Parts: sequence; C-alpha cells; structure tokens
Amino acid sequence: MQALTCFCALLVVVPLGLIFYHVLKSGIGSVNWAFFTNLPKPVGEAGGGMANAIAGTFELLGLAAMIGVPIGVLGGVFLSEYGSLKLNWWIRFGADVLNGVPSIIWGMVVYALIVVPMKRFSALAGGVVLGMIMVPLIMRTTEEVLRLVPNGYREASLALGIAQWRTVVQVVIRTALKGIVTGILLALARVSGETAPLLFTALGNPFWNHSLSDPISALPLQIFSYAISPYDDWHRQAWAAALVLLFLVAIVNVGVRILTRDRFNQRS
Amino acid sequence: MIMTTGPEKTRAAAPAVTPPKTAPRESAPSVASDAPVPAVSVRNLSIFFGTNQVLKRVSLDVPARSVTAIIGPSGCGKSTFLRALNRMHELVPTARMEGEIRLFGKDIYGTGVEPVIVRRRVGMVFQKSNPFPTMSIADNVTVGLRLNGVRSRAVLAERMERSLVMAALWDEVKDRLHAPAVSLSGGQQQRLCIARAMAVQPEVLLMDEPASALDPLATSKIEDLILDLKKEYTIIIVTHNMQQAARISEHTAFFYLGELVEFGSTSKIFTNPSKKQTEDYVTGRFG
Repeated sequence: MQALTCFCALLVVVPLGLIFYHVLKSGIGSVNWAFFTNLPKPVGEAGGGMANAIAGTFELLGLAAMIGVPIGVLGGVFLSEYGSLKLNWWIRFGADVLNGVPSIIWGMVVYALIVVPMKRFSALAGGVVLGMIMVPLIMRTTEEVLRLVPNGYREASLALGIAQWRTVVQVVIRTALKGIVTGILLALARVSGETAPLLFTALGNPFWNHSLSDPISALPLQIFSYAISPYDDWHRQAWAAALVLLFLVAIVNVGVRILTRDRFNQRS
Repeated sequence: MIMTTGPEKTRAAAPAVTPPKTAPRESAPSVASDAPVPAVSVRNLSIFFGTNQVLKRVSLDVPARSVTAIIGPSGCGKSTFLRALNRMHELVPTARMEGEIRLFGKDIYGTGVEPVIVRRRVGMVFQKSNPFPTMSIADNVTVGLRLNGVRSRAVLAERMERSLVMAALWDEVKDRLHAPAVSLSGGQQQRLCIARAMAVQPEVLLMDEPASALDPLATSKIEDLILDLKKEYTIIIVTHNMQQAARISEHTAFFYLGELVEFGSTSKIFTNPSKKQTEDYVTGRFG
C-alpha cells in the first residue's frame, strides 16, 4: 500500500521533470542576449527577440495585480472575519464557480465589456481580464489562510481593547501574511501563462506597447503565434519563450518566498 | 479614595476614541455611605446564546484590590460570566444579555459605551497562552498601547519594563527583548500574556484558568504573581483547581448550572459553606 501511494505521489512530479527537461533542451539554444533585448524580426529574417513580450507580460501582470490583489485580499478578509454565514456561503459559492470558469469565457466577457466599447484591443483589457481571473483565486486562498489563524490571537487582541479592524490588520493578516503572499503568487503564476483570454483582449503586438489603450504582447501570446507558424526559427524562439516564462514563474515564486520567510521562522 | 491608583496611571487610550462617559474614574458617582464601591457589581445577569440560557440572574459584588475565584464544574457558566465582564461574550453573534454590570459604579453596557473601551479597563488572560507569533517579546507587551495610538518610545519602553517587572518576567527576558515571543517556555509565555494585559493598565484583570496548562513550578510562579498583583489590581480568576482557589483568593463564587450557588469569603466557602451543593463540590464529591 505504501509503495503504491509512494509511486502515485512520485508520478505527480514526473510531468514536472519532463516539462523542465524538454523545454530546457529545446529552448536553451535560442536563449541569448538578443532574445531579451530585441524586438521580433519580420518573417524571413533570422534572429530577433522577445523584449516586448517579456515587458508586456510584466506590464499585464502588474495591471492584473492592481485589480486582483486588493479586491481578492479584502474579499477574503471579509469572508473570514466579517459577514454572515448565509451571505458568506453565497459569496464562497460564487467564487468557487468563478474559479471553474474556463479562461476563454473570461476573455469573451472582457472583450464584450472593454474591447467592444473601446473599439480596440488593449493592454488595459488584458490586464483587467487577468485581474478578474485572479480575484476569486486570491479571495479563496486568503480566506483559507486567515481561517487557519487561531482564534486565541483575535481574542487576545480584542481583549486588549484593540479595535476590530486593527486586530484584523495587525494581528490576523500579519500572522497569515506568508500564506496570503503565497496565494497571490500562485494566482500570478497561474495567470501569467493564460493565453486564451489575452487573444480576445491584449491581442499581441510585434512592437513596443506605449499606451494602455494599445494592443500589447505577452510571452504566452508570442509562444502561441510562433508555435503555430510554419517557420523553424520561430518554433525555436517559441521554445525559448516557454523556457523564459517557466523560469520567470519559478524565480518569482522562490524569490518572494525567501523575502517573506517568517521573521522568526517558526510557522510555515 | 476607593479607586485611586496614583497620578501616574493616566489612561493610555487615544482621547479621541474615549467617550467622556468612561474616562477618568474620579468622575464616578460618589457613594453615600463609606462602604467602598465594588470594582465590579453584577445585578441579575442572564446570558443567552441563541435560546440557550447559560447564566441565570447572577448578582454579586467583587471588591476592589482583591482576588475573587470563580469555581464550578465544566459548563456551569464560569467562563461566560468572566467574558461578560469585558463584553468578550459579544463575539458570539447570537449572544444576548440581561441585567446590569457596573465597573466602579459605571454601567459597562450603557448606551454609548464602546466594548473597546470596556476591554481596555478590564483586561483578560486566557487559558491557553497566546502571545502574537509575529512579534518579539517587547512588541507583544506594548502591542495594546501601540495599536491604541501610543507613539512615544519613552512611554512604550517605560511601560514595557514596568509590565514585565510586574509579571515577574523582566529578569528572565531583559537580555533578549527582541527575541520572538514564541521562543519562551509555556510558563514564561503565560506571564508575557499577563504583562501584555497589564501594559494597557486595566483596572480589573480577568483570568480564565491561567495556569491550567502549566506545570506545578510555572503554576506557583503565576500564583505568586497574582498575589503580588492584587495590591494594585482587582483580579477575578476562573479555576478548576480548588487548592489554587483556596491559596490565592479572598472571595469565592461557586457556580452550578448557570446559577450562582454561593458567594462569600474563601475561608467560609471552603470550610463552612452554607449550601449543600457547595460543600459537595469543594469536598470533591461531584464536579
């Protein structure tokens, strides 16, 4: 029995190893300085890079975080610390349904809400759609980690005559901060690879983006368009982009985990 | 004269949030007789959680600067009674109370009295020690002051040292004030919690079985501390330990099934109780 469960547990890690191995093998050859600094070259010209897509990914993630983090975290705080049983049940149910909505549906929603009225694809729409996907994710993880904070801390704080909002901010959120940050990171990591909703909103752009109301490129978009192209050179670049995206996600995760490592290192 | 604690006991709370009703004790109504105003005066207190009545018309007066023990079997309403004294029971959404509780003559459930203000005047120490894990020893002691608007470093440092000295913890932690609070032993953590409660300078200190999770040595330290603290504070302690109640308290209240069966001097309750139930309980025949 133990052997079987161990086998299955290891099986979970196998795809990760395979993905890393394959992406590394196929992509590493095309990752060079130019890849990070140059714009894509027109069809037929060799070389070029994805500087605009890399910057675009960061810009979109930044926009998404501006929307997703405050709404998600505060919503999670409400679910955990305030509200009534019945209301919270409905909100939780709604968030869970939203978490299951296919991302392409989100793309269509934002297409209808922003792209159509503005009559153009835009970075703004791309950021909004990623942010909207993040909200229910962050909300639920925030709620979960806040509920793990023992009630004794809330009571101790309230019994000192500390107002409830201060108790929530300074005691409850502070105690659960690491978990909240982890939830935000996981949400960012999840949306950083989203492609379908961006096809409807950010569209992609072979040049630098100079305005929130212009289309913008992003690594997944670039991977998508290069991977379905007939050119070997673009295929190689798509692999390289996949590798960079993978590493971005990994680095962000590891980096912030180190930064938010508990000051006293006693709770996980 | 009854409730003076010296001029240095200026209230720490930010004045902006202090309704005038609850501010200085000097404004408490003077009593006609020369009988001292009880620190806590409870009249006909009933508490309900939903439809479940857990306290039934309890009335008692807790004298100032003394230790009052609350004893009784589990589920008799001791903790609920204690929590009603600083309105902590209101954290349960279905809680409802009837009756009256006066703190040095002032109704703590009166209109316009904020629970936050009541809790600054009536501190609480819990059964399970709960220092904040994200904070150092020093920050744990001063947290009640800092989060209520005290900014002055000098005041904070002075208050921290005094509270730790009072909690008999200063000598053990003075060299590592910035170490995490959770690095302390269980007994030290509980004394830290007492120091934290005292740093906001409450008038009454409620203790809900503060030593029940500690070993005998740590327990005796807490008991010594309680005996020391009663010179300045009014202490109400819930305990399951008869010997502890007998050792440290002047007055004892025996609760059973939500009712106050008997309240009187500790020596009387333990040696010559007037109710059969009390006698059965303190002699260990039930409960």
